[in-house]
Amino acid sequence: MEMLSTTSAIRDEFPILEEEVNKHKLVYLDNAASSQKPKVVIDAMSSYYVHHHSNVHRGIHHLSQVATDMFEGAREEMRSFLNAASTKEIIFTSGTTEGINLVATSLSRGVLKAGDEIMITEMEHHSNIVPWQMAATYSGAKLVVVNVTPDGQIDMEDFHSKLSTKTKLLSVVHVSNALGTVNPVKEITAAAKAVGAWVLIDGAQSAPHIQIDVQDLNCDFFTLSGHKMYGPTGSGVLYGREDVLNEIPPYKGGGEMIETVTFEKTTYNELPFKFEAGTPDIAAALGLAEASRFIKRLGYDQIAQTEAELMSYATEKLGEIEGIQFIGTAPKKSGAISFLIEGTHPSDVGTIIDKLGVAVRTGHHCTQPLMAKFGIPGTIRASFAVYNTKEEVDTFVTAVKRAVKMLK
Amino acid sequence: MASIQEVSEEVVSEFAFLDEWMDKYEHLIELGKTLPMISVEERRPENLIKGCQSQVWLHAEMNGDKVLFTADSDAIITKGIIALMIRVLNDQKPEDILNADFGFIDEIGLKEHLSPTRSNGLVSMIKQMKMYALAFQAKAN
Repeated sequence: MEMLSTTSAIRDEFPILEEEVNKHKLVYLDNAASSQKPKVVIDAMSSYYVHHHSNVHRGIHHLSQVATDMFEGAREEMRSFLNAASTKEIIFTSGTTEGINLVATSLSRGVLKAGDEIMITEMEHHSNIVPWQMAATYSGAKLVVVNVTPDGQIDMEDFHSKLSTKTKLLSVVHVSNALGTVNPVKEITAAAKAVGAWVLIDGAQSAPHIQIDVQDLNCDFFTLSGHKMYGPTGSGVLYGREDVLNEIPPYKGGGEMIETVTFEKTTYNELPFKFEAGTPDIAAALGLAEASRFIKRLGYDQIAQTEAELMSYATEKLGEIEGIQFIGTAPKKSGAISFLIEGTHPSDVGTIIDKLGVAVRTGHHCTQPLMAKFGIPGTIRASFAVYNTKEEVDTFVTAVKRAVKMLK
Repeated sequence: MASIQEVSEEVVSEFAFLDEWMDKYEHLIELGKTLPMISVEERRPENLIKGCQSQVWLHAEMNGDKVLFTADSDAIITKGIIALMIRVLNDQKPEDILNADFGFIDEIGLKEHLSPTRSNGLVSMIKQMKMYALAFQAKAN
């Protein structure tokens, strides 16, 4: 297999990077929303449909056996990706949102009780806020929110003061999608576990950039989205510690997740199938496993080094713009830079630089409480992947300067 | 008073001189800067139309048998497009506003701004302008 030691070799793996947008070569800096896909991922999915497709875990026939072996092979790949102890702990989902909803819904069915507390932080994405508000409503548990400091870090003093034996579950983001802050999740997990809480880590923005070891983190749940880590949309994994998954009830009912069904009583299948009702997105799971292999070929060292260089170069170049204000200035950041420019609105800047072929995200990034805390309407966010280059950063910064000139 | 159709055509011919996207946007930004702001007392939560990207305030009142709109936005390009909308729909009868289409936005090459994915409050604003027209019409009858 070809080595991916140069950016040019890496870029060759991503056909979409050759596209033109508004007559300019595409500069894609919206990777935190969704990354682009390498050929190996696209080919794995296409080849599955061309040669191997059938339903999994059900058939007596050859193709069903092949598809099942491939699907379970993908599960083993994701077990290895997260360093989970067993494939029983790997549940395929449609993404992080479903992973969190699975846990929140399950816990609201008799596990969480009035008097219990669910802890989140001000930095969470809406998908790590709303499911817990719903779980709190259904179970009578209370939602407790940990403050964020002005530079965009979890206020550890506030965290420790709010943590207690009432805390049943802590759900916390690993890397902030809006700010890029890398949170000290291992330390947070240890503190939460010391008071007997379960811990869920939202890894949607960390899995693309940071090597994950769920045994080392010692968390009870970890969720990721395939499409943010070079895999297909509709793919994702929820890791759950085996004993915890055995303790909590299923989320969806249907085929595949049962052992026996009578109209009086149904007994559930063993893990992980207890949480996978219905036909899964087989092709997406295979694509995700291929994305995991692609990341392994690159290595997190190379990914981290390339992205850290891009982040630091972009921060330096953007810093030349008069009136720029970086939102989120924590010492440890990964993947994304958020900023505002005095006298301009993020959506105006985003609109103009799109005309110049540069894709970024503007707005509140599905973190309205965080934006409200900072008293801003939203930000402009540039987010990076391993295929981005310094030349692209230059094009982006030049485009922003041009937008500012037009707007001011 | 010119009809909605006449004002739309006037806007289209004005933009016809602007070939490059940059010129169009510069023109929009100018229009955004010159749009009379909504009065402070009308810039209240009930008049706010929330978008994911930018926000729009819209107020309407009757002047005789015609509708008068004032609006504002926190984003200048959105505001420029609002200025065009208001220019076309202002001082018109409710029934004419209800029958208006916004084909001119497409003709001047700004259709993408009315796409729901933009979520800049403009689509909701148009809906709201028609709602006002409908309400005024119902009241008059």
